[in-house]
Amino acid sequence: MKNSTLFLGLRYLRGPLIVIVAVFAAGIAGLVLIPGTSETGHPWHMTFSQALYFMSYTATTIGFGEIPLTFNDAQRLWVTAVIFGSVMGWAYLVGSILALLRDEGFRGALTEASFARAVHGLREPFYLICGFGETGLLVARTLDHLGYRFAVIDIDPERIQELSLLDLTQDAPSLCADARFPEHLLKAGLRKTECTAVLALTNDDQANLAVAMSVRLLNPATPVLARAMSREVAANMASFGTNHIINPFTRFGAYLALALAAPASYRLISWLTALPGSDFDPPGVPRRGHWVVCGYGRFGRAVVAALRDQGLDVSVIDPGDRPVAGLRTIKGTGTEADPLIAAGIRDSVGIIAGTDDDITNLSILVTARELNADLFTIVRQNLQASSALCDAFAADITMVSSEIVANDCVAVIKTPRLGDFLTFAHQQPVFWAEAILTRLSAVLGTRAPEIWGVAITAVGAPAVYRALTGEGHVASIGDLARNPADREVGLPILTLAVIRDGTLIPVPDSVMALRAGDELLFAGTLHARREQARILQNINVCEYLLTGVDTPGSWLWRRVIRPHSSMQP
Amino acid sequence: MNLEKVIFGFFILLAATLNFGFVYGEIDNPLHHNQWEFFTALVVNIIATVLKFGDRTHVGAIHLATSLVAFIQLAGAALVWFFAPIDATGAVSAYAMAAIVSLAAGALLANIVSVAILIVETTMQRR
Repeated sequence: MKNSTLFLGLRYLRGPLIVIVAVFAAGIAGLVLIPGTSETGHPWHMTFSQALYFMSYTATTIGFGEIPLTFNDAQRLWVTAVIFGSVMGWAYLVGSILALLRDEGFRGALTEASFARAVHGLREPFYLICGFGETGLLVARTLDHLGYRFAVIDIDPERIQELSLLDLTQDAPSLCADARFPEHLLKAGLRKTECTAVLALTNDDQANLAVAMSVRLLNPATPVLARAMSREVAANMASFGTNHIINPFTRFGAYLALALAAPASYRLISWLTALPGSDFDPPGVPRRGHWVVCGYGRFGRAVVAALRDQGLDVSVIDPGDRPVAGLRTIKGTGTEADPLIAAGIRDSVGIIAGTDDDITNLSILVTARELNADLFTIVRQNLQASSALCDAFAADITMVSSEIVANDCVAVIKTPRLGDFLTFAHQQPVFWAEAILTRLSAVLGTRAPEIWGVAITAVGAPAVYRALTGEGHVASIGDLARNPADREVGLPILTLAVIRDGTLIPVPDSVMALRAGDELLFAGTLHARREQARILQNINVCEYLLTGVDTPGSWLWRRVIRPHSSMQP
Repeated sequence: MNLEKVIFGFFILLAATLNFGFVYGEIDNPLHHNQWEFFTALVVNIIATVLKFGDRTHVGAIHLATSLVAFIQLAGAALVWFFAPIDATGAVSAYAMAAIVSLAAGALLANIVSVAILIVETTMQRR
């Protein structure tokens, strides 16, 4: 029952309501029974309607006086009793209503009901974000910026409070509940057809696992993007087909390995995955040589594995006594000079401060820089609150796991094909990546690109689809990068890939002919994307770009022009 | 034995019996229809309605619906009584009385349904 909260409230108020009814009934009965004295001295009786009116204004303490005639002593005695009874009853009812409104359980039921209503009312595709920590916040901001709707579940009331304070362009339904319980996911619209994907981003691996499992069982068609900090949970998630598992530590390790092996590919990939609209600062490229890693936790393990995969020599500084086979381990935190010197900091090319404490990490790097000013520094930033400190320190790379996860999620949501392209780019030789970088910077300058996908279908690109199938025009990929105002001028767009019949054709030639059913992946500016949308949607713009003839839009003008142009051979 | 059930059954049955007592008699004869009986029937009906609040079962919902119907019928009758012209002896006209009693008779029907549900519900109870 949807309005069950109303009945819940009424049930709670049964007692006071019955008291009020009883007091009113007794009061009315007494007033009607007790004879009054009229001006002429004759006895008179109140009617039921007069008694009800008198009771109503007396019980609510409004007190209009003795209506219709002045009471006699017998009536006044009864009214005195009635006043005490009714005012108490009224106070009891009002007190119960206030207590009900303050009741935690009832308020929980109210917010839950309004959340379910809000989700039920969502008529456009939405994402379900489980866990609204730093990562969830970043993802939510970007989704909102991109105009996607989303619903949020978080266990912490403070985080939900924070969501309501965010200035978002659209309302996001939010529920303070444990996402591990499937009933909450169902309430959040898991089974709705509009639910596009579920993002399990809590800071608890087990909770993310539970969410992924619930979605897999309750609505297998919905993709799940899950954060997994430990390798075991990631493997578990993969075992039942979680669509996208993000482990920020191994992801960073892979970046680092790529940066060491192929700097150009690394720069290309980080450029393509930067948050759109921001100014892109090309990351420094780490050098090969001896590295020092402070902190051998989950993060430390991942980067050490990545560095050693590249054939580099690594020393580890860790306070625990867990000797690692084949690894030089120095006991300590690295905040003092001694362990750093013992780890060979003076002859190292880089240092990674990867403990789970931001102040320790920065302290390590400050000490290390004093010992060796040429070090390449990588700092792990655990909390968003430390970002000012980390920015001030300006390490060569600041690793923020919430940002890695958020970027990844957004990239997958926005352009699922980008992942395929990046996998391809990963395997390419350095000169290939350098060529793409040159072309990208010619288009974009230093800004982070907007990446978008277009499917040449009746829905994705109606105008182009019609031109290709109905009107029999020939269009090339380059035509989609022409300026609708002047077809000889290009838009700042680079076609990253065409997916045709399931195979990815990277960076296609602009003269390559388009086919209906193609999927394209573009990088460019937001303005260019909007201009391109006009080509895709508007049949007149599309025809002008394909043929160079500005076709009149209205039916009448087409009638006038057509016979005229057919007369000319 | 459950005190809540006793009170519940008591009020539902009392609402029906009072209602019946009021309706019983010639339809347009004010002498056959006591004003106090009507008043108590109305009050007991309101209490029965409030008692039915908050039951989330299907039977509970039907229970509440019958009580609401009875209440609305009786409230209509009360309004007619309030506005009916009164003669020198304080009695309402035969025409108004007929309207009041027929409205109350409708409420009686709803109350009988309510009692019927109560009986069915009780016989279905295995414990």
